[in-house]
Amino acid sequence: MEVPILKQGHYLIATFQAELSDADLLRLRDALVTQVGKFRSRGVIVDVTVLDVMDSFASRTLRDIAHMIRLRGAETVIVGFQPEVAFAMVQLGLTLEGVPTALDLEEGLLYLDQKTKVREYELGTLSRGRGKPLS
Amino acid sequence: MNTVNAKTVTAPPPAESIATLLRELVAHLRQNRTQLREEWARRITEAKLLTAMSREEIFAEATSVYDNYVEVLETGAVEALQAYARNLSERIIPRGVETDEVVGIVLLLRDVLARSLFAKYQTDFKKLNNILDAYEPAANRIANTVAVGFVQERERVIRQQQEAIRELSTPVLQVRERLLILPIIGVIDPLRARQLTEQLLRGIRTNRAKVVVIDITGVAAMDSNVANHLVQTVEASRLLGATVIVTGLSPEIANTLVTIGVDLGKMNTVGDLQGGIEEAERLLGYKVAQIEQAPQQI
Repeated sequence: MEVPILKQGHYLIATFQAELSDADLLRLRDALVTQVGKFRSRGVIVDVTVLDVMDSFASRTLRDIAHMIRLRGAETVIVGFQPEVAFAMVQLGLTLEGVPTALDLEEGLLYLDQKTKVREYELGTLSRGRGKPLS
Repeated sequence: MNTVNAKTVTAPPPAESIATLLRELVAHLRQNRTQLREEWARRITEAKLLTAMSREEIFAEATSVYDNYVEVLETGAVEALQAYARNLSERIIPRGVETDEVVGIVLLLRDVLARSLFAKYQTDFKKLNNILDAYEPAANRIANTVAVGFVQERERVIRQQQEAIRELSTPVLQVRERLLILPIIGVIDPLRARQLTEQLLRGIRTNRAKVVVIDITGVAAMDSNVANHLVQTVEASRLLGATVIVTGLSPEIANTLVTIGVDLGKMNTVGDLQGGIEEAERLLGYKVAQIEQAPQQI
């Protein structure tokens, strides 16, 4: 089961469509890390709303994705955890430390907007504006 | 005495004779009703049982119990007594009557009646033995019935109260757009902790909350299990994208949290609920200002 990666302006959005096997997760990781560089994206949103369970491998892969994308110069936010999934993960000690999370896609976009604006400001690129979105 | 007892045990009287003996016994108890009842009420007061009730009330209840008691001896059917015991328990439990008192008075009645039997048959030892053989199992069954009835009623009341407490439990309240508060009052047991977490996480999703203030001013102490649960709730809320601020930690709870080694980087704590809400408003970008001229009504 392939996870589609949508390009939306400066962001990449990967929405889980079903439960994923370990191999699918690794493919998603590699695809995201590659495409972040290819499209010069500033942020990545991984939407896990459909997931009813999250095992240790999946949560470690999500953490790896976030850290690798940070190293590639972009931000990641994981969105859409179900309440039951969130609590089960915490009980298993899978707290995704250091990985930003948000309620849903909308919140994730807001978070990335804020985060990347701060970054642009820090880099002194804000005055030049964000430029035309690539079409 | 022992040898006599042993002999009667090896040769129990036939069934008809037990019925005859019980009939005789009941007749005796009916005859001496007034005197035995008074004796019993006197012994209850002496033993300082049922102190929550007045002397008249004790006498009235004693009369009913006595009549029921004799009836059970006569018919052997405990249903009426069971119903009466339940009814009595319903009336006296709210007044703080304890289990030992109820068991105590029934045992007292058994003793009072046994004494009167001793007095009546003191000349005929064999007859006394036979009468007691008939009386004792019946009397014990009655004591059993009343005690069990009382305890069952108490348990029913406790179950009812537990349900009531569970329903009262804890509301998740929205005080501003995207800001929830969760005031917790009372003892938190693992079941309640779990329920709280579920309610909170669901509340975060439905209200799209960004910040949650959990106020535990009303919680005196919590064990390490529940403290751990609290920490997990904070982390699970973060996974849903909400920040949790915990307010009103008592020194004891602070001690527990430090003992279980909570990571203070994850826990956002503020002294009291007011401070917590102010901090939450700051996080959400609200600024509360007093208008210069306050309305005169205040």
